[in-house]
Amino acid sequence: MSDVVVARSLDEARGALADHPDATVLAGGTDLMVEINRGLRRPSHVVGVAQVPELRLWSVADDRVTVGGGVTYTEMMTTPLADAAPALAQAARTVGSPPIRNAGTLGGNLGTASPAGDTLPVLAALNAQIVVVGPDGERRMALDDFVVGVKRTSLRPGELIVRAEMDRPTGRQEFLKIGPRNAMVISMAGLALVADHDARAVRCALGAVAAGIPRARDAEAWVAERIDWDNGAGVDDAVAAEFGQRVAAASAPIDDHRSTAAYRRHAIAVLATRALKRAFAQGGSSDA
Amino acid sequence: MPDPYSLRVNGVDCEVADSDIAESLLFVLRERLGLTGTKNACTEGECSSCAVLIDGVLTCSCLVLSATAAGQDITTVEGLGDGRDGLSVVQEAFVDEGAVQCGFCTPGLIVAVHDLLEANADPSDGDVREALSGNLCRCTGYGRILAAVNTAAEAKRSQP
Repeated sequence: MSDVVVARSLDEARGALADHPDATVLAGGTDLMVEINRGLRRPSHVVGVAQVPELRLWSVADDRVTVGGGVTYTEMMTTPLADAAPALAQAARTVGSPPIRNAGTLGGNLGTASPAGDTLPVLAALNAQIVVVGPDGERRMALDDFVVGVKRTSLRPGELIVRAEMDRPTGRQEFLKIGPRNAMVISMAGLALVADHDARAVRCALGAVAAGIPRARDAEAWVAERIDWDNGAGVDDAVAAEFGQRVAAASAPIDDHRSTAAYRRHAIAVLATRALKRAFAQGGSSDA
Repeated sequence: MPDPYSLRVNGVDCEVADSDIAESLLFVLRERLGLTGTKNACTEGECSSCAVLIDGVLTCSCLVLSATAAGQDITTVEGLGDGRDGLSVVQEAFVDEGAVQCGFCTPGLIVAVHDLLEANADPSDGDVREALSGNLCRCTGYGRILAAVNTAAEAKRSQP
């Protein structure tokens, strides 16, 4: 085969990867091409998957949203997908610029597996199952089992990210992130929060503040008992503040070129408090 | 080495042979095809100086592996002109408003503004700022660029 295969179907992509399990899978190029341009990476073989129709599919059911690995950030921001997974749309909207969002994909964000990948906290908060396909067939796993370290995944040679299947809970969703400005920013801290009124649960996951994408499970359980699920009253300020502190305790940030551990921990507490107040605001939107 | 492939650039089929696996579309446009209107600056998607349209989608050509663009319709800044002196309405507006200083970011901005006005004939100030949020200009302070977009949008709307 040529050193570069532009796959036009999932079978073709699988075949090319079976022939060359060490091939580099290229989706939108927004991460990989930066490394190639800098000479940090030199693939022996490339399988381009941006034009695989099966990976471009998404679907919305009553309780489930399925997003193909080739779906772009621009598509995630567009209705009706954006209405079904609003936190995913919010996260996509904060990535790069329009041309970056036209190219970058959900599968690429997963494959890069950066702690600062903005869709990853959303997937964690929505209990996403990541579906991959390879020589041994299909595997599915939770995000925690897919992202196993900084820019490390449990993908095996020859495997390809096909789609993510996520919950579609009844309740508001928020994605918030901190960076030095509004445009073209890589997260210093990010947070997704989802209210699930049927399960009477709050789910909250963190980006750019740990090696992985931690869920703030203790804080989730603590706050679920302090929400007025029956009457829909807003969240008490003291509860929201305490929730912020408890969520921050689930972070494990470091000092690096983008921010400091102390600021990141502080930022997560602020974002968690803000997201909770928005998610449980009474009547319409809150500017809390 | 990739097999020889063909790129369709501004309506012309261009053969690319003996290429290296790591060549970006930006590299091939400039160094192999001589289309130097598309500018090479950051090569990491931060500046949009290299913006082109691929099948009508605004894209940073530095982030496209060239061989994967085979068979797609690529439009560079050289392919946009039509009106006065071969300039598009957007290019004319940039000239008329003095929206060009050193000029290095201009081709990327021209392509991005074409993309914006294709989708939105009457963009708000916020729409314009959002559409150009990835285009870095280090000279102008953007004021005259924003004026040029408004002028181009008006001119485009008044076209028959």
